[in-house]
Amino acid sequence: MKQVSTISGRAIPLGLKNVDTDVIIPAHWLKTVSREGLGKGAFESIRQTPGNPFDVEDFAGAPILIAGDNFGCGSSREHAAWAMLDMGLTAVIAPSFSDIFSGNAFKNGILAVELPQEQVDRLLEVAKDHPITIDLENQFVTTPFQDRFAFEVDPFRKHCLLNGLDEIGLTLERDAAIETHEKERADSLPWLDAPTRNRREHA
Amino acid sequence: MPSKPRTLYEKIWDAHVVERQEDGTCLIYIDRHLVHEVTSPQAFEALRLSGRKVRRPDLTLAVPDHNLPTTPRLAPDGSRLPVADAQSAAQLAALEANAPSFGIEYIDAVAPEQGIVHVVGPEQGFSLPGTTIVCGDSHTAAHGGIGALAFGIGTSEVEHVLATQTLLLRPSKTMEVRVEGELGPGVTPKDLILHIIGVIGTAGGTGHVIEYRGPVFERMSVEGRLTVCNMSIEGGARAGLIAPDQTVFDYLEGRPYAPTDEAWDKAVDWWRSLATDECATFDKSVVIDASHVEPTVTWGTSPEDVVPIGGEVPAPESFADLSKQEAARKSLDYMGLSPGMPLEQVEVENIFIGSCTNSRIEDLRAAAAILKGRTKAHNVRWAIAVPGSGLVKRQAEEEGLDRIFTDAGFEWREPGCSACLAMNPDKVPPGERCASTSNRNFVGRQGPGSRTHLLSPAMAAAAAVTGRLTDVRKLLDV
Ligand code: SF4
Repeated sequence: MKQVSTISGRAIPLGLKNVDTDVIIPAHWLKTVSREGLGKGAFESIRQTPGNPFDVEDFAGAPILIAGDNFGCGSSREHAAWAMLDMGLTAVIAPSFSDIFSGNAFKNGILAVELPQEQVDRLLEVAKDHPITIDLENQFVTTPFQDRFAFEVDPFRKHCLLNGLDEIGLTLERDAAIETHEKERADSLPWLDAPTRNRREHA
Repeated sequence: MPSKPRTLYEKIWDAHVVERQEDGTCLIYIDRHLVHEVTSPQAFEALRLSGRKVRRPDLTLAVPDHNLPTTPRLAPDGSRLPVADAQSAAQLAALEANAPSFGIEYIDAVAPEQGIVHVVGPEQGFSLPGTTIVCGDSHTAAHGGIGALAFGIGTSEVEHVLATQTLLLRPSKTMEVRVEGELGPGVTPKDLILHIIGVIGTAGGTGHVIEYRGPVFERMSVEGRLTVCNMSIEGGARAGLIAPDQTVFDYLEGRPYAPTDEAWDKAVDWWRSLATDECATFDKSVVIDASHVEPTVTWGTSPEDVVPIGGEVPAPESFADLSKQEAARKSLDYMGLSPGMPLEQVEVENIFIGSCTNSRIEDLRAAAAILKGRTKAHNVRWAIAVPGSGLVKRQAEEEGLDRIFTDAGFEWREPGCSACLAMNPDKVPPGERCASTSNRNFVGRQGPGSRTHLLSPAMAAAAAVTGRLTDVRKLLDV
């Protein structure tokens, strides 16, 4: 997974509350074989309304999304995070997130930043014409003006994001323990290994 | 070795702990990973993007099942027929390409061994007692029937297992479902598990792993045990299992992926040691009297909505719980049924015999025994029998069962998931009823607007003959 430290750039000022996973990626996009390309379906229903912020040229490829309360509620589909990543988003700022979404976002290296509503409102204002910076190391969101908003982040998640560690990466760090287990297992229950070999022997 | 008496589940769990964290979460080693085309493409893609390999391709087996049409797959000239639905075709093609590129053994769509992953695993001897088995499908619980700890996982977990051969898990609570006495004539393992779900409810096993215990299971065939464990998930449990015994060993010996010779003897010794210790305790215990189990059907849209075939559609007010009353009202509306209606008066237009719950040879034999010399009723528009695997199909044909089905007006199909979830072209039309041997009667499960009644293969055959839900015992020579 990519390391996340400082995210700087334009931020799409969406501001909507209760953006659910059906809005992030509608169900008809789920019968796919790739996480890539889902960006085309991301926020499909919003993009169909004229004058929506996704259509503004300045926001093309923007790394940050600013939304309202309860972002990512609804189903557990991981496709929501995949779709956002695919459209280039690596961070979302909102007053609150659904638990499942923040878990899925984290698993996929998307930073979910919670800030109080007034600060989110200020960022929505600034974002219209100016870039925004999220400094994960120091836990601040800043603007080209004097704004400097501190945010909380789970220390474990911060460590993973800063070092580009995903759950699989972390388990792979336990490689020695896994190998030891495999050796013990090969000694005590050797028939568990290579069942395909049995098949060839039978044939 | 811990001296505390342990359950079957605890013994399997302990044997697979790679590391235990302070909060009780364990890194658990996975012995067998079954892969199908629906939940694997994004996992393989992520491995590719991150440059990771499959840690143990030798412990992984891939087979397509969910999307495959059950109509013939080969043209008369022997060439493969294309899959019409573009998205289904893409998922199937992805598995066909991913398996060899990651070094995984792949059973292709036209191989005789192809079938529903939960039928293929035990049939090939790939699933073994005492092992941990995972698959990106919630009915993986089925493999508990041979005494394995088997459960379904999501796409990110599929990727985690492919890359590390482990999963981070918290131990489950233990639950015993003890069945006393004997099942009556015409009452099958499917009736028993439907009855059990009716007793414990769809949340009854939440957070638990169920062990099914009692003389009924000791006498039950492996096929029947797989049927029972398959639906543990409908009872809320992530997994369900039955202690492996001689019946299981006899079933597995000589199967393609099973150990041989000395290794086999060693394996059997270990398997015998896994049974729950006499003084071991369960966190929860439910006792069922087998003699109370009748041929059972569902009337609603939740697997707990069960009633004996001689019963009536219940009135929503008969439920104590207010939210259940509301759910029952919605179910009855969706199902087009009214309270007080005898189940035996419910007419069905469609019959589906298949799915990982009931598509093994014994299931087909039970249905054929009822259909022999009979034909489906005029109001039954569509009746299909879908064997669980190519090998089941071949065996059934050797026994002449295919002729019994086709003579009775059934279509005899190629193996796959089919109308269990209607991801392929086998769908029940909106507003029509289906007597189905599958495991889920959810709204729209067998196609948008479809109305499902879950029952056993023999009961499905009886419904085909009379055109109504019917007590199969009336058609038996008993
Ligand atoms: S038959 Fe049905 S329940 Fe079984 S694996 Fe296929 S879709 Fe899942």
